[in-house]
Amino acid sequence: MFEAVAFYLFAFLTVVMFSITVFTKQALYALTSLAAGMIFISAFYFILGADFLGAVQIIVYTGAVMALYAFAMMFFDTTRDVKEHTRSPQIVFLLGGMVALLIVIIFAVPIVSENITANYPVAEGVGNSQAVGIVLFTKYLVPFEVAAVMLLVAMVAGIVLAGKKMDHSLTLMEDEEIEFAEKSNEKAVS
Amino acid sequence: MEITLSHYLVLSTILFAIGLVGVMRRTNLLMLFFATEILLNAVNIGFAAISRYYGDLTGQMFAFFVIAIAASEVAVGLGLLILWFKRSGGIDLTSMTSMKG
Repeated sequence: MFEAVAFYLFAFLTVVMFSITVFTKQALYALTSLAAGMIFISAFYFILGADFLGAVQIIVYTGAVMALYAFAMMFFDTTRDVKEHTRSPQIVFLLGGMVALLIVIIFAVPIVSENITANYPVAEGVGNSQAVGIVLFTKYLVPFEVAAVMLLVAMVAGIVLAGKKMDHSLTLMEDEEIEFAEKSNEKAVS
Repeated sequence: MEITLSHYLVLSTILFAIGLVGVMRRTNLLMLFFATEILLNAVNIGFAAISRYYGDLTGQMFAFFVIAIAASEVAVGLGLLILWFKRSGGIDLTSMTSMKG
């Protein structure tokens, strides 16, 4: 009973929040409603007994990813409305509905066959975090390490791409040097 | 009134459709990124639900890897976005038509 109430409550909240994200014209509303939707999604993980995944969802998405987005939005002018010219909304909604129907069918096919058996069953007598650790560090060790390398590469790429003009440190320079650097920057821009 | 796997899959599909509509509707690149985050989260719900109802932890493992990929995608994508904004002064998709054939 409680599971059903929680499921429907959080399903409603998540759908509303993500709809706001998709349909709003204000970038800040989109960002905050996306963050709220991420937290509501972590509630599903807790209902499903995937405690560790829920904690990771909150930490990574609403902690790291949302902070990155907020940081990036400081570069852009977010106070004015997002101007977009879409060609025909009917086609977009039609395509979205058709693809959703297709995905329902794709998901329903293995459910109908009912032949799925557990490759890595949940370990008995341990909590979710422990069971996740057991599987992650035995069966999925190599993908885990590859994911770590991928995150490192992404971090280096982000620093290199975003920090182009950060080769001179403003804290170590004298005032005249800073003015000179600003002037040369303006010349480069114009 | 019991919540079954189908409930979660339908919810996941609804969220995925919302994300798809966002991807097709948006032309602002930052908003497009938000829509892709919705897509990834919708799939994660499906993975976690299947993992629960079949007693198999593989779904949760895939959800972890999807989260890792989403994090690195955001880092690289936002770096590129900031670079593009510095060069062109806007992040609209329609301004990226330099590869017109």
